[in-house]
Amino acid sequence: MRKLLLATALLSASALSAAAQESVEVLHWWTSGGEAAALNVLKKDLEGQGVSWTDMPVAGGGGEQAMTVLRARVTAGNPPTAVQMLGFDITDWASQGALADLNDIAAAEGWDKVVPEALQKFSKYDGKWVAAPVNVHSTNWVWANKKIFDELGIAQPTSWDELVAALDKIKAAGYTAVAHGGQPWQDATIFDAIVLSFGGDFYKKALIDLDPEALGSDTMKQAFDRLAKIRTYVDDNFSGRDWNLASAMVIQDKAGVQFMGDWAKGEFLNAGKKPGQDFLCFRFPGTQGSVTFNSDQFALFKVGEAQRSAQEKLAKAIMNPTFQSAFNVVKGSVPARTDVPDTAFDDCGKKGIKDLAEASASGHLYGSMAHGHAEPAAIKNAIYDVVTAAFNGQYDSAAAVKELVSAVEAAK
Amino acid sequence: MAASSPDTAVRTGRVTRAVIYTALIVFAFYYLLPLYVMLVNSVKPLAEIQGGAMLALPQAFTLAPWQSAWSTAQIGVSPTGLSPYFINSIVMVIPAVAISTILGALNGYVLTKWRFPGSTVVFAMMLLACFIPFQIVLIPMARILGLLGLAGTTSGLVLVHVVYGLGFTTLFFRNYYEAFPTELVKAAQIDGAGFFGIFRRILLPSSGPIIVVTVIWQFTNVWNDFLFGASFSSADSQPMTVALNNLVSSSTGVKEYNVHFAGAIMAALPTLIVYIVSGRYFVRGLMAGAVKG
Amino acid sequence: MAIAADRGHVHSPERSGAMERLQGLLPKIVLAPSFAAIVVFVYGFILFTGYLSFTNSRILPNFDLVGLANYTRLFGQPNWWLALKNLAIFGSLYIVICSVIGLGLAILLDQKIRGEGLLRPIYLYPMALSFIVTGTAWKWFLDPGIGVETIVRSWGFTTFTFNWIKDSQMAIYTVVIAAVWQSSGFVMAMFLAGLRGIDNEMIKAAQIDGASNFNLYRRIIIPQLRPAFLSAFVVLAHLAIKSYDLVIALTNGGPGRATELPATFMYSYTFTRNQMGVGAASAVIMLIMIASVIIPYIYAEVRGGQSNGR
Repeated sequence: MRKLLLATALLSASALSAAAQESVEVLHWWTSGGEAAALNVLKKDLEGQGVSWTDMPVAGGGGEQAMTVLRARVTAGNPPTAVQMLGFDITDWASQGALADLNDIAAAEGWDKVVPEALQKFSKYDGKWVAAPVNVHSTNWVWANKKIFDELGIAQPTSWDELVAALDKIKAAGYTAVAHGGQPWQDATIFDAIVLSFGGDFYKKALIDLDPEALGSDTMKQAFDRLAKIRTYVDDNFSGRDWNLASAMVIQDKAGVQFMGDWAKGEFLNAGKKPGQDFLCFRFPGTQGSVTFNSDQFALFKVGEAQRSAQEKLAKAIMNPTFQSAFNVVKGSVPARTDVPDTAFDDCGKKGIKDLAEASASGHLYGSMAHGHAEPAAIKNAIYDVVTAAFNGQYDSAAAVKELVSAVEAAK
Repeated sequence: MAASSPDTAVRTGRVTRAVIYTALIVFAFYYLLPLYVMLVNSVKPLAEIQGGAMLALPQAFTLAPWQSAWSTAQIGVSPTGLSPYFINSIVMVIPAVAISTILGALNGYVLTKWRFPGSTVVFAMMLLACFIPFQIVLIPMARILGLLGLAGTTSGLVLVHVVYGLGFTTLFFRNYYEAFPTELVKAAQIDGAGFFGIFRRILLPSSGPIIVVTVIWQFTNVWNDFLFGASFSSADSQPMTVALNNLVSSSTGVKEYNVHFAGAIMAALPTLIVYIVSGRYFVRGLMAGAVKG
Repeated sequence: MAIAADRGHVHSPERSGAMERLQGLLPKIVLAPSFAAIVVFVYGFILFTGYLSFTNSRILPNFDLVGLANYTRLFGQPNWWLALKNLAIFGSLYIVICSVIGLGLAILLDQKIRGEGLLRPIYLYPMALSFIVTGTAWKWFLDPGIGVETIVRSWGFTTFTFNWIKDSQMAIYTVVIAAVWQSSGFVMAMFLAGLRGIDNEMIKAAQIDGASNFNLYRRIIIPQLRPAFLSAFVVLAHLAIKSYDLVIALTNGGPGRATELPATFMYSYTFTRNQMGVGAASAVIMLIMIASVIIPYIYAEVRGGQSNGR
């Protein structure tokens, strides 16, 4: 029955496209400001090749709204050519047989060699390329206010104990030590970094392999202890705050640090701050050498023969090193290809590119749980529930570990 | 109806009146506060808002956010502002409101003046349809629009809004016509007037207030709808609410609150104007029909 | 009843011929498209959802039956129970407060107020605004670091605290505050309309008997507003059950999951957690709840309509 649904969907899609000239329709949620402008580079590129771009932007909830719309579009038999997608959503759609096979062009362009293996896990399904990755966001960053660090004589912390000492100093000086917004995904971003600080292997066992032993281990209890400790450095008004308002606290010398992915850099730059001069970017203490990531990719849907060549041009354009560099300079992330020169990037960007290449080479590049690259949505949200409850003091660490094990089990 | 005049016969003393005015004004403040927050922040530079002065009057007054929201803000890949989407919404809202109002009027007419066995059940079923949560219809509706070849078209959106507006429009007209003297209808029938003739010459001329109520209700709902607009539109038929959401809720971009607020007020302007212009008819219309059991 | 129903109906005159038969059928023909649309697009879809709730649908609908597994799972979720509890708190407070404020304002506004034309749209306008953005304004306003708390403290009341939105026990009440703001004006309009429809002769007669204003309202005017109360109740109940945008914009279900409602729960399972089966099961429970509130009203509405169909 599902096959039938899809078959009719694809049939009508090709019927629709037969009449049109070369064009692509792209569903995405980069809908405003700089990132939308950056995507325009891609549009211009394609138009240069005679392919017209139909824009289908739908913002909201980190792509949740767009995924809802996508479901309606596919059910209606009218899927877009390409859809911005994250992690397991790609796998889920591929498993429905809805995505195109890009192996020919991937082989011709040598994607296998330039895209990190951890990303390929999502770009490929059943050995076939189904999506073209645009960028890699790494999520285990610390954004620190340099003025406060200098004023209090704090050096860049490299271990948990040093971090605690630094945060104590900042707190004692009357600043908010940690700028944080209490939303489940932000809580989970910190949790990710803490788990990673116990070593990449532990992170992989617990959050990627979901090994019940690791999830229920004493180390996990310590992780929740650390999470609770971080909670004590957060101001009273944290809950519900948007991440960018938390960044603003660091920008305006009100708070010492923020634990957030590399998109936070855009807020700093937009406020006229310079990396290394006004703010510092470094890895969450104890996680240097490892990177947790999420990656925006364009999943390519099956289209009729007539649209096939336009779709291939789109895929090629996305993977073009020039576009990857131009786009990621604006976006704050780093290119999905590891062979893109870093000349156009600022210091934080350069460090990001270097860290990514290192982590990828040493096998310490892991999908971020908080950003849906470690577990499918159902399990991710089950973990969110526990982490958020623990962060808000509803569970102590022992109870949180127990809840974590059972919540993951129930959601599997 | 004839005996009641628009004003109450209740009389009040001077002290009571002072208290009444105070209470009314206090409540007006409660209702206006969020609008105040939106207005003052829509005319401030972004730096002032991020500085934490979200409730203060602007220190440096600027209309740039309004200009940006209307014509230069990035919505998707093109820096068009909200203006093109405004037209999309208008093109969708007018037929959707017109068709659902006309159908509601005819349904109400049949259900009150041409009852047949089972007509009560029909009405009950239509009324219950007002309360279906829209999220559950999304997937099956998409399928049907696809089969009809209406996926991603303005006509498809109009169809959806008409279908899910029918319950309320029928309710409004049915309750209004219920109170309309059946004797007049009978007399016209004896004179040889037909089904549509009676509707056009007898009922329609006195339906003004309820038409206004229905139009306002439908206009507000269709104009403000996001879920259907996002799911069933395509690139060139996306309505205003979808564009506003694209402007406002981008995930990891810089949040320009001043532009967001300007855009939000802009998006609400058509409904606000409709409320202010026809507010008096709205209440008059409700009084004449909609609240009467 | 029988007489009333009779008066509401026009008998087709006893004539014959094809034209006449057509005239007789016309009402049904006119009604048919609307009725068919409702049957397919509402009741058909409800059945479809009911069916989905017994399948293991995830990202897209599928038709593999799994019995009651989704319902078991649904009621095994602490968040679902929390959502139901929140709806009970939110729904009852919202309906009561909106009705009280709406009725109060309507009565006050009915006292031959100068400037009524200005005040009425002020009370009504929140209905016109989309919560996508108004939510941000409310969020700031309720935020202790920016909004009311800071302002009142700056007036010199330094111990004043108003941090409900940050408190998982109290956050649901801030949702009530914003929701009341949005819809109480509309309820006011409904009551105002009801008040304007009341026969003044009756009020004058009571005044001659020496009734105080308070008694006038308590004994004569308010009881006559029964249909308005019923309409208000239904409109509010349906808004309460469907509340989605509001919660998403204001608290996004937080702090933690403290302000989860059935509507947000359903949306998140159906569309973001890729567990469409569980989402459908929660939708079915929601529909049952809606029906249990609405059907008695419809029964009263239909019956009432017939017995006083003047």
